[in-house]
Amino acid sequence: MTDTQPWADEIFDVLKQINVRQVAYVPDAGHIRLIERSKNDPTLNTIALTTEEEGIGIIAGAWLGGERGVLLMQSSGVGNCINMLSMIQECRFPFLTLVTMRGQWGEFNPWQVPMGQGTKRVLESMGVIVRPVDTADRLAETVDAAARLAFDAYRAVAVLISQRIIGFKNWGDDQP
Amino acid sequence: MTSRKDITLDRRAVVARILRDRGDALLLTGLGSTTWDVAAAGDHVNNFYLWGAMGGAAMVGLGLALAQPQRRVLVITGDGEQLMGLGGIATVAVQRPSNLSLIVIDNESYGETGMQDTHTKHGVDLAGVAAAAGFAYSATVYNDDELEAVIPVICQQTGPIFTAVKVTATPVTTVLPPRDGTYLKNRFRQSLLGSKATE
Repeated sequence: MTDTQPWADEIFDVLKQINVRQVAYVPDAGHIRLIERSKNDPTLNTIALTTEEEGIGIIAGAWLGGERGVLLMQSSGVGNCINMLSMIQECRFPFLTLVTMRGQWGEFNPWQVPMGQGTKRVLESMGVIVRPVDTADRLAETVDAAARLAFDAYRAVAVLISQRIIGFKNWGDDQP
Repeated sequence: MTSRKDITLDRRAVVARILRDRGDALLLTGLGSTTWDVAAAGDHVNNFYLWGAMGGAAMVGLGLALAQPQRRVLVITGDGEQLMGLGGIATVAVQRPSNLSLIVIDNESYGETGMQDTHTKHGVDLAGVAAAAGFAYSATVYNDDELEAVIPVICQQTGPIFTAVKVTATPVTTVLPPRDGTYLKNRFRQSLLGSKATE
């Protein structure tokens, strides 16, 4: 899959240009290339989480200490973050998250659909500005614009990366 | 003669004693009683209080510790708050920040909701969790002698450090620090970063 994610390299270049120093993530197939690039960069702190809400605290702490962070997660993880986003809104912490979508475009697993369909509304209800992207050629510029909004204008911004870009999860050819 | 397991320490005295030796450490507090304890010991520009985001105090501490590796970072939170973010202990252990100390003021109760039992009342050993996760140092403190011995560890020893301090569930007065989150954030950054805080 890593060879088929050139857009992830473009996003990584954007994150480097805007001086992101902490990359918090829950392992995710859609973000596999971006996570790998981050882990291989010795100038970045790449932080594996047990649950996505930990990343909200880490990014707030990074900003308190003068560094920029990004949270990489899947749409299901957005639900884990809801109350922790109170801190982002109340303190007006800059917040950038890149969300790979499930339950959206050609989903096979019905259990992914409720949170995938609710992701945008959940984020918006907690004060996060949402920028959905469904073509790979628009991703890097959208992440760049989202990062400016987050760190220059002190806002919480999520870029939703469509399942159309990531591709369907391979469940094998012998599914019922 | 009290046994080692008897709980006699007063939370306000414990927090004030630890903070007496904080030096230039940066301090985060968790939602609830520990925020009032730190406020009672005296507000400080190097303090950032969580008035919400329960379970998140240690994680804010981790992000701050990674961003400021030359500064000591203390997190003072409660047992209920830390139990809500139990996975965060594992996340800290994996990152191994040498400058981070987590201090749990453990009264075995949810103080803000009517003093219901937390899991530590029933034997859950938070210091044991931290030790098993891989913290560089982990201990539970029951009396003044142990507290005096652990304070240099908390403030100076190579971390991550985890200390649970068992305190009585005796009610204390509520002392409120500033609560406007934007103010607290900007005050903290201005003190720490100077003119860079507003770039």
